[in-house]
Amino acid sequence: MNVHEYQAKELLRGFGVPVPPGRLATTPAEAESAARQLDSKVVVVKAQVHAGGRGKAGGIKLAKSPADAKRIASEILGMTLRTHQTGAEGKLVRKVWIEAGCEIERELYLAVVLDRAAEDFAIIASTEGGMEIEEVASRAPEKILTVHVDPATGLQSFHVRRIAFGLGLPAESVAKLEVFLGGLYRLFVAKDASLAEINPLVVTQGGDLLALDCKLNFDDNALFRHADVRELRDADEEDAREREASELDLAYVGLDGDVGCLVNGAGLAMATLDMLRAAGGAPANFLDVGGGTNQERVAAAFRLILEDPQVKAILVNIFGGIVRCDLVAEGVVAAAKELGVRVPLVVRLQGTNAAEGRKILESSGLDITPAETFREAGERAVAAARGAKA
Amino acid sequence: MAILCDEKTKLLIQGLGKMGRFHAGLSRAYHTQVVGGVAPGKGGSEIDGMPVFDTMREAVQTTGANASVVFVPPPGAADAILEAADAGVDLVVCITEGIPVLDMLRAKRALRGGRTRLLGPNCPGVVTPGKCRIGIMPAQITRPGPVGVISRSGTLTYEAVDQLSRLGIGQSTCVGIGGDPIIGTNFVDALALFEADPQTRAVVLIGEIGGSAEETAAEFVKAHMKKPVVAFIAGQNAPSGKRMGHAGAIIAGGKGRASDKIAALEAAGVRVAMSPAEIGETLAKRCPELRK
Repeated sequence: MNVHEYQAKELLRGFGVPVPPGRLATTPAEAESAARQLDSKVVVVKAQVHAGGRGKAGGIKLAKSPADAKRIASEILGMTLRTHQTGAEGKLVRKVWIEAGCEIERELYLAVVLDRAAEDFAIIASTEGGMEIEEVASRAPEKILTVHVDPATGLQSFHVRRIAFGLGLPAESVAKLEVFLGGLYRLFVAKDASLAEINPLVVTQGGDLLALDCKLNFDDNALFRHADVRELRDADEEDAREREASELDLAYVGLDGDVGCLVNGAGLAMATLDMLRAAGGAPANFLDVGGGTNQERVAAAFRLILEDPQVKAILVNIFGGIVRCDLVAEGVVAAAKELGVRVPLVVRLQGTNAAEGRKILESSGLDITPAETFREAGERAVAAARGAKA
Repeated sequence: MAILCDEKTKLLIQGLGKMGRFHAGLSRAYHTQVVGGVAPGKGGSEIDGMPVFDTMREAVQTTGANASVVFVPPPGAADAILEAADAGVDLVVCITEGIPVLDMLRAKRALRGGRTRLLGPNCPGVVTPGKCRIGIMPAQITRPGPVGVISRSGTLTYEAVDQLSRLGIGQSTCVGIGGDPIIGTNFVDALALFEADPQTRAVVLIGEIGGSAEETAAEFVKAHMKKPVVAFIAGQNAPSGKRMGHAGAIIAGGKGRASDKIAALEAAGVRVAMSPAEIGETLAKRCPELRK
């Protein structure tokens, strides 16, 4: 789960990580009064959307007076921000964060991540603040410092010293980095974050460290124990169909093709997309109904797929391991009848009771194209989407 | 021979909810020695003819179990894994999906250097055809034979096993290692076990997008494996930045792409099936002598 910059900064503040003072505004008038209250020579008006690259896209601007902040906020609020992370459709700006400006001496990068391969925490630091870390990694990997932290003992002072001296900070800044990184690390662990990135981390002309921008992601599997983090969810920022799917406990990812997919199991569902591509077609979605599915879940999945106007055919690919194919077939027939499926349906049932399942499909009176092998399923679904009879 | 489990395995079930009981029954029907279950507060009773214990310690001491399978819901699953290790079983298989990754990070760290091997979490378990079934796999599609199967997925594993069985190629052991970012037994561990297993003559590896386990596996194959390996990588058409069902299946920051994994495996001499329909055929072509 992602949160907005202003929410992330609120959390950082709670863990003692220094952030610039700021206020949230949803109207130009609020932006003006926020700028006045901040009592700063300049303020920064920052669009609040779940995407990086806001500055380049015109979503972050300096204001020299409260009136200026009002004018800029009126431009940014309601605009559709298109960055390399939003895709062509962009994201509507509903809120702006008004923040006090600061005198910048240096811009650094600092992040805490979970390192899957090393199975520990990694602190990633770089002198190239303000740039995307992937870009630094590909252009100047020697400018990235990675320090591994053992989850059994946690962050130690020597980790902080390695990073401070590695970044070329003066010795008197080590204590400041200890407060900063200590807070960031404690937040990461306490709230089950999966990414805590400060970019840039600013060294001010007075020698202080400030989190100028930050990104926090949280482990969805741990949200059950963090009511405070759950409350930060902004439904407006999420894909409507993906959100609906997650409420139904279905794994769904929208794609841009025309063959809707209903598959049991994540691996088989990914492989089904690969099969469709290999057959010359294009999947409309990834959808995993779960390894052991049932009639209700099949019906819910159908509904979700049919909401996508791009879908010209649906491929149902079920490997019945424990779940019996005859029961799945009954679910498919019931759902197709109930929902009045308007597009061609290709169904492949394999595994336990597959033959019985296929009989149920054949005798249903519905226009269902059966497929036996994985390859057949892909080819027939692609043909069906093209309007050809398989 | 086989790996991880056989007819001598004595299995405990941790978590006797609907799913745990159902699969305990299927494992018993497959002639697996299911010697008991653990359900705190229900110790001393019997469920489905199995003795039930309050703690893993007591269960292991009483039954002599050397393996356990965890069906405990996510909030208590890491605790169940650590309890199994504390009780001294050789193998704990965790089926549970949705465990917080930090719980697994700590649990994995705690298991380091100990006697207990963890398989999973978020995995379908392990089947040694004709001998032992731990977890939720449909054992009826397997048949005994010379091919080891290792996979991050559930149903895609069944698909591959089914393709092999239909071609007359049996399996030594089918291992689901799980779809989470942090898992107990990884590809390299399972490859090493198969390389050392006299029954296994070839290995099928089924990977997917996310992380770098396949790349590490490729290095291991190149350096240490004499037995042929064929592979399939799911998610060749997955978009970047989206989690594809499994918690670990995500291309992040340009890393974890299928194309990189396929290239690494091919460079290590692994033959990679480009279509999921061709996993069995690819193995059959690579090792025609294994077909019966």
